[in-house]
Amino acid sequence: MTILVIAEHDNVELKPVTLNVIQAATEVAKVTGKEIEVLVAGFDCRAVADQAVKANGIGKVLLVDDEAYSSQLAESMSSLIIKIAAKYSHILAPASTSGKNFMPRVAALLDVAQISEIISVESENTFKRPIYAGNAIATVQSGDTKKVMTVRGTAFNPVDSNEHSIVEIVGVETPDVEKNTGSRHVADELVSTDRPELTSARVVISGGRGMANGDNFKLLDGIADKLGAAVGASRAAVDAGFVSNDMQVGQTGKIVAPELYIAVGISGAIQHLAGMKDSKVIVAINKDEDAPIFSVADYGVVIDLFEALPLFEQEL
Amino acid sequence: MKILVAVKRVIDYNVKVRVKADLTDVELANTKMGLNPFCEIAVEEAIRLKEKGVATEVVVVSIGNKASQEQLRTALALGADRGILIETEQVVDSLSVAKLLQAVVLEEKPELVILGKQSIDSDNGQTGQMLAALAGMPQATFASELTIADGQAIVVREVDGGLQTLELNLPAVVTTDLRLNEPRYASLPNIMKAKRKPLDVKTPEALGVDLKCYLKVIKVEPPTERQSGIVVESIGELVTKLKNEAKVIG
Ligand SMILES: Cc1cc2nc3c(=O)[nH]c(=O)nc-3n(C[C@H](O)[C@H](O)[C@H](O)COP(=O)(O)OP(=O)(O)OC[C@H]3O[C@@H](n4cnc5c(N)ncnc54)[C@H](O)[C@@H]3O)c2cc1C
Repeated sequence: MTILVIAEHDNVELKPVTLNVIQAATEVAKVTGKEIEVLVAGFDCRAVADQAVKANGIGKVLLVDDEAYSSQLAESMSSLIIKIAAKYSHILAPASTSGKNFMPRVAALLDVAQISEIISVESENTFKRPIYAGNAIATVQSGDTKKVMTVRGTAFNPVDSNEHSIVEIVGVETPDVEKNTGSRHVADELVSTDRPELTSARVVISGGRGMANGDNFKLLDGIADKLGAAVGASRAAVDAGFVSNDMQVGQTGKIVAPELYIAVGISGAIQHLAGMKDSKVIVAINKDEDAPIFSVADYGVVIDLFEALPLFEQEL
Repeated sequence: MKILVAVKRVIDYNVKVRVKADLTDVELANTKMGLNPFCEIAVEEAIRLKEKGVATEVVVVSIGNKASQEQLRTALALGADRGILIETEQVVDSLSVAKLLQAVVLEEKPELVILGKQSIDSDNGQTGQMLAALAGMPQATFASELTIADGQAIVVREVDGGLQTLELNLPAVVTTDLRLNEPRYASLPNIMKAKRKPLDVKTPEALGVDLKCYLKVIKVEPPTERQSGIVVESIGELVTKLKNEAKVIG
C-alpha cells in the first residue's frame, strides 16, 4: 500500500502548504515504510506537477489534467479520488477550504472516518488533533483500513523542494470517473495581494474591531511593508466589513503560526486565540489592560492603537 | 419546497472548556450548553427562505440524547415548523451522523438540506459533505450567500482566496459560514408557541443505522499553555525587545 497526498494548487502554482502535508505523509512513511505519491488534479496544470516533482521524499507525481477538475469541485474531486483509492492506505490533503470541502466526501464514499486537521502522527493509525477551539487535544485512533485525513499545515514543517531530486510524472487517464452534473462553477472573486500568504507568512499583523473602520487598516500596511508581513483580522473586523473574509484568523477562519504575530485592537476571544496561539512570539497592542489577549502575549503594550501604529512604523 | 436543517447541542461558545483529570474527555457536567452557532445560522437561513415564500416547511433534526430536545425547541421558537430527535446516549461519529441524516432525507425528501459548516465542540467540519456524498447530492460548503431561483441554489462560498460562486441542482446540501446571516432572537410568544409544535422522537435502530465507531478517542489532553509574557512601557521598548531579545525582527 502507498500514501497519497492531494496537492493544493490553482492550476498554475503548487501551494506551499502541500509541502507541509508531504511532511506529515513522510512521518507516516517513517513508521510504515510506505512510498508517497502526490496527486495533481486540475486543468492545464502541468506546471503544478513540474513543481511537485521537486518535493523531497516522494516517489512519484500523478497528473490528472482534465477540464472536469478545473475548479476542483468537491463532487469531481471525490469521484476521482475514490476511483484511484484502492492502492492507498493513507490519503492526506491540507485542511484548507479546498481539502475540507472534498475530503469528507471521499471518506463517506469509502465508508471510513475522516480525521480532521491532524497536528501530529503518533503511529500508522493514531493521530492528534485539536478540539474545542484548541482548548483540548484529542488522540484519535482509526480502525479503518484507509485513513482519510486533513492536515493542519502549521503543525508540520514543509519538506524541502529540491531541484535535483526529480521524480517521474505519471499521467493518469480517468475515463470511468463519475461525471459531476449537480454543481457548476460560476465565478471566483479572489483577493489579490502582493503580501505573503497569511498561513505561511513569517510575520502576521492583524487588526480587530478596535481598528474602527476599513480605512484604518492602512495603518497596518506600512508596518506590514517593513516587516514583510501578511495582514490578518479578527472575525469582528470581517463581520463589520472592514476587510475581506479571507483575512479572518481563528477557529473558524485561518490557522496561523508565524514567528511573530501582532494583534492590534483585538480582545483575544477563545475563537481568535485558536487561530494564532501557536505563533512563536505574540505581541498585543490594546488600550484595555484587562483584554484576554495579554494572557497569551509575550509582549504587550497598553496603548491607544492610533497613537501606537504610527510610532511603530517609525521605529522599524 | 421543504428544507431540512440539522442542529447540534454543544457547549456554549463563551465557555472555555477544561479537560478532565483522567484525560478521557472534557468536562461537560454542569457546563452551559447551547445550539451550535453555525446551526443557528442554518436555522435562520431556512426561516428566511420560508418568510420569502421560497420554502413551505422547515424541519429541524438533531441527533443526541434527550437533552437535545432543548435545542430543537430553540429552533422551533426561531420559526421551524417541526422537529425530529434521533435519540441516542452514544457519542456519534460524523459518518454515523451523516448516515442517520441520510435516513431522514429518504423519509422527508427535502429539496434543500442546510447544516452548519462545523460544530464548535469536535471541530470536525465533515457532516454536510458526508451527507451530500451519501445522498448523491451536490454540495456548497461555507456559504455566505444563498439564493434559490429556477430550481437551483446559487451559493457564494467563503474560500481561502476570497469568494467562490457555485450553482447547484436541487436537492442539494449547503453548509453555513458566519456571514450568511445574523440569527434573530426568539420572542417570548414564539418560545411558548414552540412548546406545542410537533417533535418526533426516533431511534437509530428504527432508521436502520448501526452506530459504528469509526474513530476511537484514546486520550484528551490540555494544550501546552503559553508562558505569560510582559507588558512593556512603550512602542520604542517593544521594538527594542523584538530586535534584541526575541530576535524576530532585523
Ligand atoms: C462560532 C463562532 C466562531 C468564531 N470564529 C472566530 C474566528 O475564527 N476568529 C475570530 O477572530 N473570532 C471568531 N469568533 C468571534 C469571537 O468570539 C469574537 O467576537 C471576536 O474575535 C472579537 O473580535 P475583536 O477582538 O476584534 O473585537 P472585540 O472583542 O470587540 O475587541 C476589540 C478590542 O479592541 C480594543 N480597542 C478598541 N479600540 C482601541 C484603540 N483605539 N486602541 C487600542 N485598542 C482598542 C478593545 O480594548 C478590545 O479589546 C467566533 C465566534 C463564534 C460564535
